[in-house]
Amino acid sequence: MKTYWWKALGVLILTYVVLQGLLGVVPRQPILNESIRNVYFHVPLWFGMIILLLTSCIYSIRYLRSGRIDDDLVAVEFANTAILFGLLGCLTGSLWANFTWGEPWPNDPKLNSVAVGMLMYFAYLILRGSFDDEQRRARISAVYNIFAFAVFIPLIFIVPRLTDSLHPGNGGNPAFGQYDMDSHMRMVFYPAVIGFTLLGVWITELRVRMRRIRAVLEN
Amino acid sequence: MVQSVRQMGALMQKEFLLEWRQRYALNGMVLYIVGAVFVCYLSFNARRGQLTPIVWNTLFWIILLFTAINAIAKSFVQERPGRQLYYYTLVSPQQIILSKIAYNTVLMLVLTLLGFATYSFVLGTPVQDLPLYVLTLVLGAVGFAASLTLVSGIASKAENPATLMAVLSFPIILPLLLMLLKLSKNALDGLDRGESVNEIGTVLAIDAIVLTLSWLLFPFLWRS
Repeated sequence: MKTYWWKALGVLILTYVVLQGLLGVVPRQPILNESIRNVYFHVPLWFGMIILLLTSCIYSIRYLRSGRIDDDLVAVEFANTAILFGLLGCLTGSLWANFTWGEPWPNDPKLNSVAVGMLMYFAYLILRGSFDDEQRRARISAVYNIFAFAVFIPLIFIVPRLTDSLHPGNGGNPAFGQYDMDSHMRMVFYPAVIGFTLLGVWITELRVRMRRIRAVLEN
Repeated sequence: MVQSVRQMGALMQKEFLLEWRQRYALNGMVLYIVGAVFVCYLSFNARRGQLTPIVWNTLFWIILLFTAINAIAKSFVQERPGRQLYYYTLVSPQQIILSKIAYNTVLMLVLTLLGFATYSFVLGTPVQDLPLYVLTLVLGAVGFAASLTLVSGIASKAENPATLMAVLSFPIILPLLLMLLKLSKNALDGLDRGESVNEIGTVLAIDAIVLTLSWLLFPFLWRS
């Protein structure tokens, strides 16, 4: 029981976030109007994705240091969940953009960077598919995973900030936290980040256990 | 330290000698970039100076990108596995990757400058700040060589290296390419050089990240 507390915490936080997101009081902003509620879903999904990718990268480093095939398995599942979060983030984002910016996919550097980042991780999955030998696949894809993460960070944090972007916090705009989130929204937003991350870890854990069982059954 | 530098020198010399003996590969690369430039020139059916500066610049960088991917893709498939094993018994993997990167940088510099000369010969050049533009080309050559050498090492271990090389390298190279496009656009418009310091810094930082990662990660790659 002791080890499951974080799952219960995740469920509790996400229930709170969904309730607050649908019913809670939000400040009324021009253009944004009620769509500001998406801050509780869209933004935490991206934060969660970056945390999951970081974890995946750390597990790849661990694999290269220890050579245990299990670490590689965890790394790929974290990357899978991160890709799922990324796709959901794109979906919620384009819904939001449709109402506030007028089109589902405006030509915005942050969107394009993230699309390229997703391509990078799809390439990671394709690379994994092109090896038969387990150890070889694990080692080479771990090398690529670390390399990809190191390029992903400048891609989404530095490049959009150097050009003009519609997103807050880029191209000289102040970040969202500075002006349009009041203290009530923060009380929901930060738990939402934790909640979605916990959900991601939970999904990953289930898939890792499934893979471990399958590996044992095959042997 | 001295010995390691001497070993790297010997490795580089080996690369040049190998390239010189198989001149068809080198000539192929030269012909590739000249041919690509000429195809673009004829496809646009443009007289000198008719392309807008943005199209001119983007087109040139895309030609360079494809040339780089093709030129660097062969850096690990050129020699037989047995001979590579022999090198690994002689020197450390870091020396091998660094000498490959250095060699690819020189190769890319030659190809880039040759491409630029041909490109501006047939399509004219709207560049207003030539020294800065050449600096961008040099930074680009170093960055392409550094990031694509490791990717070519990864791709060469897989089943179909050619496709994988393209798939893996396009997203990896993009941040660098975007910064280079921005920097060369500044040079093209002849903006004040102070405007470009930020971009030069970012390109150098990306180069440094990629070089360090190649240095750290290659030892794990060659073991398989």
